[in-house]
Amino acid sequence: MDPGFVDLSRLQFALTALYHFLFVPLTLGLSFLLVIMECIYVMTGREIWRQVTRFWGRIFGINFVLGVATGLTMEFEFGTNWSYFSSYAGDIFGAPLAIEGLMAFFLEATFVGLMFFGWNRLSRVGHLFATFMVALGTNLSALWILIANGWMQNPVGARFNPETMRMEVVDFGAVLFNPVAQAKFVHTVSAGYVIASVMVLGVSALYLLQDRWHQVARRSMAVAASFGLAASLSAVVLGDESGYTLSDNQKMKLAAVEAAWHTAPAPAGITVFGFPDARAHVTRAAIDVPWVLGLIATRSLDTPVIGIEELVAKAQDRIVSGLVAYKAVQALKRNPNDLAAREALALHQHDLGYALLLRRSMRDPSQATPAQIEAAAWDTVPDVPVLFWAFRAMAAIGFAMIALFAIAFVLCTLRRFDRRWFLLCAVAALPLPWIAAELGWVVAELGRQPWAIDGVLPTGLAPSSLTRAQLWVTLVGFTLIYGTLAVIEFGLIVRTVRHGPDEHDEAPPLPGNLPATPLVA
Amino acid sequence: MHSLFDYPTLRVIWWALLGVLLIGFALADGWDLGVCALLPFLGRTDQERRMMINSVGPTWEGNQVWFILGGGAIFAAWPFVYAASFSGFYLAMFVVLAALIMRPVGFKYRSKKPEASWRARWDGALFVGGLVPALVFGVAVGNVLQGVPIRLDDDLRVSFEGSFLGLFTPTTLLCGLLSVSMMLLHGSSFLAIRLEHGALHERARRVGMATAILSVLLFAAGGLDMAFGGIGFRLSGAVDPAGPSNPLRADTVAEAGGWLLNFAAHPWMMIAPALGFGGAVLALFGLSRRSDVLPLAGSALSSAGIIATVGLSMFPFVMPSSVDAHSSLLVWNASSSARTLFNMLISTVILLPLVLLYTAWVYRVLWGRVTGAEVIANRDFY
Ligand code: HDD
Ligand code: HEM
Ligand code: HEM
Repeated sequence: MDPGFVDLSRLQFALTALYHFLFVPLTLGLSFLLVIMECIYVMTGREIWRQVTRFWGRIFGINFVLGVATGLTMEFEFGTNWSYFSSYAGDIFGAPLAIEGLMAFFLEATFVGLMFFGWNRLSRVGHLFATFMVALGTNLSALWILIANGWMQNPVGARFNPETMRMEVVDFGAVLFNPVAQAKFVHTVSAGYVIASVMVLGVSALYLLQDRWHQVARRSMAVAASFGLAASLSAVVLGDESGYTLSDNQKMKLAAVEAAWHTAPAPAGITVFGFPDARAHVTRAAIDVPWVLGLIATRSLDTPVIGIEELVAKAQDRIVSGLVAYKAVQALKRNPNDLAAREALALHQHDLGYALLLRRSMRDPSQATPAQIEAAAWDTVPDVPVLFWAFRAMAAIGFAMIALFAIAFVLCTLRRFDRRWFLLCAVAALPLPWIAAELGWVVAELGRQPWAIDGVLPTGLAPSSLTRAQLWVTLVGFTLIYGTLAVIEFGLIVRTVRHGPDEHDEAPPLPGNLPATPLVA
Repeated sequence: MHSLFDYPTLRVIWWALLGVLLIGFALADGWDLGVCALLPFLGRTDQERRMMINSVGPTWEGNQVWFILGGGAIFAAWPFVYAASFSGFYLAMFVVLAALIMRPVGFKYRSKKPEASWRARWDGALFVGGLVPALVFGVAVGNVLQGVPIRLDDDLRVSFEGSFLGLFTPTTLLCGLLSVSMMLLHGSSFLAIRLEHGALHERARRVGMATAILSVLLFAAGGLDMAFGGIGFRLSGAVDPAGPSNPLRADTVAEAGGWLLNFAAHPWMMIAPALGFGGAVLALFGLSRRSDVLPLAGSALSSAGIIATVGLSMFPFVMPSSVDAHSSLLVWNASSSARTLFNMLISTVILLPLVLLYTAWVYRVLWGRVTGAEVIANRDFY
């Protein structure tokens, strides 16, 4: 398949997914913050807490609809743009997506109407219940989509079926309890809580700096400080490391993140700074801190962290083994009852995907020369400098977030809401967690390359058979639509923040008569 | 593991569930689409438009999940169909998504500013978000009935050999119009039960009556097209209903009138088209009698009947290929594995009733006629 074409497909997926993930984490976190705020309202019965809840609820609403709108694109993008991926892995991958709809989207989308329209129709506890269902629904949706995504990172519980030429599930439980998915869930959801806490903290700080809305701002800040502290600790401490020993590709990702060109004796050190050189396979100007990486990555002091060159050598062996499986599949296409081929496939099917790596450069992998095999093995190395820096930036922001919330927590406990320097910091921190979250996806997804499904299906084979022109139309189209909506949403959030938690003026403005003729814009 | 059902039974169950999902979508989100498409025409003042918007405002979001679930369920149960249809109808799908994206933002953002120009723009967006999906879905169904130019290679990679403009033929446009008419009928029947009596209510009722008649005519035209329009497919040769999901192993041929064979062989299937017609007539009757419930019941039955008619006429085809005898997707060769179908069935049997239960509860809490006074007084309204 034409590589430029594959890159366009990847670009579109990356754009739409990263855009979706601008809104998603705020929804994840703010929904739970709303539950906490409303809980306090229900328990104390004090009107101010109702005002707090309703104010943040308005921001939640503006953000929520864009999460929904952009999620629609995601749900169908596997079919529109990654159709070979979809038919090759749909037997496994489709299930979590369908269950997500049934279990999570229905819950969250049905109760969100009640949450916004039910203030006068439900008891206090009844309304709190609706808010809680929304929070539960959004967080369940994160769980299921990350089970799907985790399977692409670590495809457990499935095998290739030569009769249907695709992957099929053998152990659904393994797919659900995939350790990679669980680690991802905890980390991603924590990231969402951090983002929402920073949003609430930052806007409250802004009000305090402007000397407005003290009552609402202080209370919001106190909630955000404690929730945010817990969330940022959880995002950092319960980071994603636990999945890194599971598969060769995850090991490769770790090695790339650390620019570990060669296996280091245990316990491995961590390179906090340096310039990875992808050609010479060295990291220049490196500053190493001993032991830390071994602890983070393997949670032990005696397991070595395997280096890139060693992993490439292993990939080379796997390609050779995969070619046996590949030839067996070709034989089975001609004669499904070829027993020798079946046996060969059974022995080598774990490496079948590695043979497919050769399809990037040739029509028929069974003709590959040793030099071509070696080149394909080197293709399993993702973009080291990008991963190295993206990871470090995310982690730096992570530690900064802990510091921010620790200070916020102390100041709130001491009731010192007047520290200007801190309030300024809190406002300045507003964009940081979003940057961290987007970089996190870059680490996770770019680190998975060249695989769409780790060790199973190379990204280059996964797209639909479309034309470049079609891709350009949608790429430009989505960019225009999303760009316009982003500007509008940002404007509305600024407007709502500027307006503040004032209830009186907030009724939808009075009707002006419209012209009687139908308007079609 | 799944000794309960054998593979062919699971496949038929999932074929039926696909129909249930499509009908669920047409019934639940159908009135949102219909109301949006009618918005600029029925609502003459801002207050009237807000009454219409708020009649679906609190519940449309949950309704839309039927559409999303439709996508997810096809992915899980019919991966080949998911892959072939959405990549094949690539630009059409983009148009649908672009239109649907307008709805969440339109509902939410319209009331955020008082300016007439701001609101008019969002009204336009909502109109597009209602009309365009209804039209394109119908056109897509028409294309499936006609046969889709898809071809599978020996790796089962699907490619589409048609063009965007090729999706529009008289047959497919007819289906598109029928689909729009169905949604408009459903939307206006919904408005008839949800709006306070008055000028707006009266207008909705009249549109409802017109679209009920239109639906009957278009559905009849569709039937004639099936019989004499020269479309249809049938199997040529045996297919093993328990065989592996590999479309290359089946043989199909195009045959004019092929979509009527099932009705000839199983006359009970005529219930579906009968409902399609009868429901629309019932809606017409109810609207003219100013009944509350009858119009909505009638339009629901009509939509369900029309969708079921399409499904039954094509069985066991899901997506016939018009260019290759070995690339048609059938109930027997395009599904997931038996294990996945079974697991998904268990999930559905547990979760779907729950969904219906709390959806019904939420509707009950929010039920009641939307009045003009309320739209002005209630701060939570859009
Ligand atoms: C970790 C969280 C997360 C991730 C990785 C994704 N999503 Fe998402 N998605 C959510 C978390 C979420 C959410 C927080 O639950 C949203 C945001 C707003 C909302 O209503 O739900 C949502 C909305 C949302 C919707 C609209 C639901 C509705 O109408 O209520 C769809 C169809 C999807 N998503 C589909 C996807 C797909 C196919 C993804 C993968 C490619 C994906 N999402 C990634
Ligand atoms: C919303 C959160 C997500 C973000 C921000 C995200 C980010 C990205 C990025 C940046 C890429 C491009 C990688 C590249 O260019 O090589 C990508 C590719 C991809 N991601 Fe994710 N991802 C997200 C969620 C998911 C999930 C949940 C799945 C699976 C369900 C997934 C599946 C894919 C696929 C299929 C591709 C394209 C193939 C590829 O390039 O590997 N992504 N994503
Ligand atoms: C010291 C701090 C942090 C560490 C060590 C860390 C670690 C990681 C790692 C290793 C990944 C890649 C996962 C993969 O390969 O699949 C990742 C992904 C991610 N990170 Fe972080 N992270 C930190 C802080 C943060 C912060 C502060 C945020 C956002 C507020 C964040 C958001 C994300 C997101 C959204 C992803 C992608 C989802 C996933 O793969 O789990 N991270 N993180």
